[in-house]
Amino acid sequence: MTVHSFQEHFDSLIDREISIEPKDWMPDDYRKTLIRQISQHAHSEIVGMLPEGNWITRAPSLRRKAVLLAKVQDEAGHGLYLYSAAETLGISRDEMYDQLHSGKAKYSSIFNYPTLTWADMGAIGWLVDGAAIMNQVPLCRASYGPYARAMVRVCKEESFHQRQGFEIMLTLAKGTEIQKKMAQDAFNRWWWPSLMMFGPPDAESPNTAQSVRWRIKRLTNDELRQKFVDVTVEQAKVLGLDMPDKDLKWNEERGHYDFGAIDWEEFKNVVKGNGPCNKQRLETRKQAWEEGKWVRDAAMAHAEKRNARKKEAAKAA
Amino acid sequence: MSNSKYLLDYTLRLADDALILGQRLGEWCGHGPILEHDIALTNTALDHMGRTRSLYQYAAEQFNNMPAEDKTGVFTSIALQNLINTSASLDEDNLAYLRDGWDFKNVLLLEQPNNDWAYTIARSFFYDAFNYFFFAALEKSADESLAAIAEKSLKEATYHLRWSSEWVVRLGDGTEESHTRMQSAVNELWMYTGELFIENETDNALAQQGIGVDLASIKPMWMERITSVFEEANINTPQNSWMQKGGREGRHSEHLGYILTDLQFLQRTYPGMQW
Repeated sequence: MTVHSFQEHFDSLIDREISIEPKDWMPDDYRKTLIRQISQHAHSEIVGMLPEGNWITRAPSLRRKAVLLAKVQDEAGHGLYLYSAAETLGISRDEMYDQLHSGKAKYSSIFNYPTLTWADMGAIGWLVDGAAIMNQVPLCRASYGPYARAMVRVCKEESFHQRQGFEIMLTLAKGTEIQKKMAQDAFNRWWWPSLMMFGPPDAESPNTAQSVRWRIKRLTNDELRQKFVDVTVEQAKVLGLDMPDKDLKWNEERGHYDFGAIDWEEFKNVVKGNGPCNKQRLETRKQAWEEGKWVRDAAMAHAEKRNARKKEAAKAA
Repeated sequence: MSNSKYLLDYTLRLADDALILGQRLGEWCGHGPILEHDIALTNTALDHMGRTRSLYQYAAEQFNNMPAEDKTGVFTSIALQNLINTSASLDEDNLAYLRDGWDFKNVLLLEQPNNDWAYTIARSFFYDAFNYFFFAALEKSADESLAAIAEKSLKEATYHLRWSSEWVVRLGDGTEESHTRMQSAVNELWMYTGELFIENETDNALAQQGIGVDLASIKPMWMERITSVFEEANINTPQNSWMQKGGREGRHSEHLGYILTDLQFLQRTYPGMQW
């Protein structure tokens, strides 16, 4: 086949909603875009362990502690699936880590915000995982097979996390006055950054059309954001918490909630590295990696020694 | 001490061991040297937390069933005493979150800091090997609840011991640096291992009734396992025989206070709430 016919074949698979597999021919840009998207998602899982991980030792009950441990462990598992999916595109996990540590690869900006109270564990599960699910459910039908399959597993666990987060919020909201205040405060702080998780407005998202065409993105940023707002308003009513947006109101004509202006200046700055925890999160990851080097070296050296001994024994036999 | 107090003391110490190690291992979550082993270690922490809960629930049940006159003076914490005075029943969280250090009976080994991967592995290895033989014996306890908890715990301890043994070997027989680190972690933690086998009044009373484990009988098995793994790992078994003790009596190292500060701060700041 000529490159031209390779391209035609690829396009026809995309058109017929047949998944692309690692050994299939694919355009370079498709491969690059996927590596960027999947590794960014994997990094988000790994960096995302930190803001919640820092509450494991402080969880207010043994049950909450066990659930939080399990949740953060799930995130590590998601990182693992996603790194593996990206590896099928011809990049190693170590290369991806290097890109994260050098700042070349990004991760979700939401994790550059601090977790200040226990209610943040609720708000992250409810809002951040909720927004992540909105983004990710359509990706279970993404065109790249290993990615879509990883997302199926990720989404199942994420929806469980989201329910847990909501349950933490509900317990606080129905608790004492101070607990309700804690819940509202966390809601206020996480609401706007959660809306930013869907990315810039469609008008400023030049790659969206291509990604939609490739079926590695199935709905636009603004469509997903609107869906998230509509769902969350109803959930906030159940919790009895106030929406942190004075401009929020139901728009009969659109059949959706209108919401206030997002501070894109803040978003751009957090992406650029000026968020409250960017430096801290990245330093923590780098430190874990650097301090783990001797451990990884030892594991490698030991495996080599073992293999050598096995070979010797086989020769002798 | 009355018989019910021995059983309570025994149950609490096992719960405290599990909680304190679970808390320490939980500190690694998100900071491990290899993603797969970050997951494995967190999984182990979860097993310890699961056992913590079963044991505190059982301890709370025992305490709640005690005659009122026996309940005074069991715990020194004012927060717990106040609860008891209102004749409220205690639950697992009250026991974990409202006692002070001198009511905690975990061994000193488990409150030692993580330091590095070698230190963490050595601490787990000593304890996993102990647990493996301990729960194998406790599975036959005349106390049904302890026997049931032991049965589940033995399955977990079997996996934990395999995992930590493999790491002792990997590090001991890895690079020069990993060998040095592993050997010094073993050397430094060795003096905390003796306490695992100290038998006090509680042990003696419960061993006689077939409820508790005869620690002297599992010590040689523990030692044999330790030395055989060390041999494979090219690690020398330390020869110093001076052992630290005090944890089982509530006399701890400085580390425990900080662990409890982290663990308990929310319950202390906002007392009596549901979370």
